Amino acid sequence: MTGLANATVPVSLYLILAAVLFTIGIAAFLVKRNIISIFMSIELMLNAVNLTFVAFSHMWHQVSGQIFVFFVMVVAAAEAAVGLAIIIAIFRTRQTLNVDQINLMKS
Amino acid sequence: MQLVLFVIFGLLAVVAALNLLLQRHPINSALSLVVVMMSLAVLYWSLGAEFLAAAQVIVYSGAIMVLFVFTIMLLNAGEEEPTTGSRAASIVGFPGAAAIFCLLSFVFLSERKALGATTLGGELNTAGSNLAAISSLLFTKLLLPFEVTSVLILVAILGAVVLARKEQ
Repeated sequence: MTGLANATVPVSLYLILAAVLFTIGIAAFLVKRNIISIFMSIELMLNAVNLTFVAFSHMWHQVSGQIFVFFVMVVAAAEAAVGLAIIIAIFRTRQTLNVDQINLMKS
Repeated sequence: MQLVLFVIFGLLAVVAALNLLLQRHPINSALSLVVVMMSLAVLYWSLGAEFLAAAQVIVYSGAIMVLFVFTIMLLNAGEEEPTTGSRAASIVGFPGAAAIFCLLSFVFLSERKALGATTLGGELNTAGSNLAAISSLLFTKLLLPFEVTSVLILVAILGAVVLARKEQ
């Protein structure tokens, strides 16, 4: 039990967890048809990248990676506000959230 | 302790992310994403980033996800109807995503000796707590980018108000 309590985790496992989350985010981005779900999968990918930043920050014993994550969070908050406003504007004009039917620029 | 935390919350994050992928209703996806973000906050804490763990809970699973849930409720988004999807996505996208995952895993596993191992808690070179190290760097060396982000947020607020306003 003490062996389990003192066990360390390789940094590579954190990075692989981040890769798994990033890949799930890519798959959700491709599969989802609802524009809000697509936006949420982008947030998932951002979170996966943040985990790699924190893992590398721990590995190098430097705080710079954590500051980078802080700025990513700020930009993600701004992006979410503007993106959701755009989604509301799209819904108001086209009455749909399905990206297959939002094809104004296609024709 | 580190290993136990990593296994529990890493598995929780992966399962919740898969749930996000498989659920059809956007509100279920949003709640799964909240679970992913909370698990990631615990992982940040176990890596010695206490400030980021708190910021993750407050900013991501607090502010951003509440904004998502409000938008889903406001637009009354229902279940998405299953469509065939774009053929390019299934032909190029999924092998591409799998290839990215295989490449990343290969690089990480082949470099795992050089990457080393993590122990619980912070191990910064600078003295003092994690929060003191972040704030002293943020308010001295990175003061200009920090102030620029406040301008960015102001512009984002104005843009959101202008975009979501009803056309006269």
